[in-house]
Amino acid sequence: METTVGLRSRSFTGGIHPPERKGATEQKPIEDLPLPPYVVIPVQQHIGAPSKPIVEKGAQVRVGDPVSEASGYVSVPAHASISGTVIAVENRPHPLGPDLLSVVIERDGEDRWREDVVLSQNYLDLENREMLDLIRAAGLAGLGGAAFPTHVKLSPPADKPIDTLLLNGAECEPYLTSDHRLMVEEPDRIVLGMQVLVRLTGASTGVIGIEKNKTDAIAVLRKTVNTHGLPFRILSFNVKYPQGAEKQLIRAATGREVPSGGLPMDVGCVVQNVGTSAAVYDAVASRRPLIDRIVTVTGPGINEAKNLRVRIGTPYSFVFEGCGGLHDEIGKIIMGGPMMGVAQHSLDIPVIKGTSGIVVLERTDSRAAPEMPCISCARCVDVCPMRLMPKMLGQFVKHGLFDRAREYNALDCIECGSCAYVCPAHINLVHLIRYGKSEVMRQNQKKS
Amino acid sequence: MDKKFVLSSSPHLSDNESVSRIMYTVSISLLPAGAAAVYTYGLRTLWIILISVLSAMLAEALSCRVMKKPSTLSDGSALLTGLLLAYNVSAQVPLWLPAVGSVFAIIVGKQVFGGLGYNPMNPALLGRSFLLASWPTHMTVFSGAPPRGGTVSGIDIFTEATPLNVLRQSRDILGNAADYPIEKVTQAHEAVGKLYDSLDALFFGQIGGCIGETSAFLLLIGAAFLMTKRYIGWKIPFSYIGTVALLSWIFGGTDGLFSGNVLFHIFAGGLILGAFYMATDMVTSPVTFKGRLIFGTGCGVITVLIRQVGGYPEGVSYSILLMNLVVPLLDRWTRPKVFGGAKKR
Repeated sequence: METTVGLRSRSFTGGIHPPERKGATEQKPIEDLPLPPYVVIPVQQHIGAPSKPIVEKGAQVRVGDPVSEASGYVSVPAHASISGTVIAVENRPHPLGPDLLSVVIERDGEDRWREDVVLSQNYLDLENREMLDLIRAAGLAGLGGAAFPTHVKLSPPADKPIDTLLLNGAECEPYLTSDHRLMVEEPDRIVLGMQVLVRLTGASTGVIGIEKNKTDAIAVLRKTVNTHGLPFRILSFNVKYPQGAEKQLIRAATGREVPSGGLPMDVGCVVQNVGTSAAVYDAVASRRPLIDRIVTVTGPGINEAKNLRVRIGTPYSFVFEGCGGLHDEIGKIIMGGPMMGVAQHSLDIPVIKGTSGIVVLERTDSRAAPEMPCISCARCVDVCPMRLMPKMLGQFVKHGLFDRAREYNALDCIECGSCAYVCPAHINLVHLIRYGKSEVMRQNQKKS
Repeated sequence: MDKKFVLSSSPHLSDNESVSRIMYTVSISLLPAGAAAVYTYGLRTLWIILISVLSAMLAEALSCRVMKKPSTLSDGSALLTGLLLAYNVSAQVPLWLPAVGSVFAIIVGKQVFGGLGYNPMNPALLGRSFLLASWPTHMTVFSGAPPRGGTVSGIDIFTEATPLNVLRQSRDILGNAADYPIEKVTQAHEAVGKLYDSLDALFFGQIGGCIGETSAFLLLIGAAFLMTKRYIGWKIPFSYIGTVALLSWIFGGTDGLFSGNVLFHIFAGGLILGAFYMATDMVTSPVTFKGRLIFGTGCGVITVLIRQVGGYPEGVSYSILLMNLVVPLLDRWTRPKVFGGAKKR
């Protein structure tokens, strides 16, 4: 393990340059979406075990009251994001799969908060253990989209010492600008949160990685870091998708490659999204639970694209009303960015902890081109940031050769979409590889 | 509100590439060289090109009908194969010859394997090899009216007046000077001298040869255009030509080792056409970085071997076809090391 961190602005092999399409929202300050008439809080908004509801129909809740408790270590609670009455605890539409158990709260016309959500001036006097408990109690999960429970990420085992804490400000997906606006408008929360993160992980170095197209964010964060007298570095990277992917970010900042099948802690790194860092500050300094987040609502299908601060659980229909409504011929509603986001089936889907953006595409942008045979042009091999051979993986999966897919490192695919983006035959490689990964994992489980 | 939304897997964005766009663009970049051939050899050249292209497209349409599949004509690959086959014959061949060659190239070279993407060997080159094996005299006669703009003049002692052939026969004479009358040896010396002096004729396309081989200049312009669009890369052409250059320098001269005229060997024959347009055929070339370099080098080695030692004066077609057969193996042996560098599981 290196004892000094070689911080430089590098890049990674492969990658693509999709059009950025951030012009509609990158200059728009964050706007608070009005409080919705009701919210739908699913028990699972994070990777890990679903939480268990602890309220029943009829319960009165304030903003910040927990409505579910964590079950097991890799789990986090969920909280009421508006004050009012619990009108149902039942299955509701969920953005990432079938309908899921959710706590539905109807607003009481006010915005009553839990009383102890108050800034404490000497939060840095807390022990590490206490800070981690606060982070967990606040229901924090990664806000970059993957939503991994933050307290778990900040508790690496003793045999994986951490020397570098990286904040991910790359935001490489087209259309999305929520992290950008957060960095420009609320840099103190991010930087003070980073101070906590560095302490909790024991890192000797703190770095914020940002893509070069966000010059204002880079400048603001540099200034903020200096103002607080913190020894953190800001590294700016050339714009290339997927620079914001965790493994590619680590490689670009430190030159280290996370081993295949491994985690960032294997190379002494912990990566957190800038939004998560801000939420960590709120949780530790003010006991503020995760009840809202910044969402970029954009795309050709929306009338007024905006960066909104949205309460968790707000249904998409209400979000769209706050943006002037949808166009007539809508094709896709995407949770997240257009490269890795998930297409949604209903306007009743709620905003959850990992909803970094909602991109609405028109019908004309949503048609799939007819699939042609693979001509071995190798563009997919050239662009894969994990140096895989997507065309081979796709063919193996098509023919049910899952052993060969495993041999060709299918499980290392980060599903970034670069391969399918460039494929001239319009083969949906990600779809095939995803299926292949699930089959390989299923077979692995059977063996063990 | 009962709207229906499209649900499909990510990514939801794509760049604007398509298979047909690639095929048509490559075809277009070949046209300048074809136009130069028409200018140099006459209007007959145009009929050869048209017959070749139309036969290829007809063969594809009919075979799709027989295979009960929707017609694949719109992907542009039949047109490209027909064009390349025409470029691989001379302007003096009988008009039925390219037709037969195209039909063979499409049916045997591509369709029987399952169509586009499944063929192991370059269809146009397979067609050309079929023609060469079946009608060698038609395929190797380059006599007739001298091409417009001049010839490698004064060489009338040889039967097949392509530059590579002239060099080959001169080399044979000079290498065995004792067996030949003194006038022939002198003429052979002169011929070689003239060849080496005629590089600009070779480059700009006024020398006997196949339709697509004549104007290296226009071929290179087309290739440069394709490179800017990233439809062909640098690895295969440069490793191919580089290897030919190196080995020709060492072994290709008439004065012993290290006397070869590198530029002559590069611009004579079908190397430019082969290296930039045939060896780079996507379906039949490797997909990995190292694989492509090995492929190009292998083509170069075999080309020089055939040119120097083999039975034919030109080795480009066979070298590419032979290397095509090794491509699946190359792809497997040169798998890139996965991010995070684990050994293959």
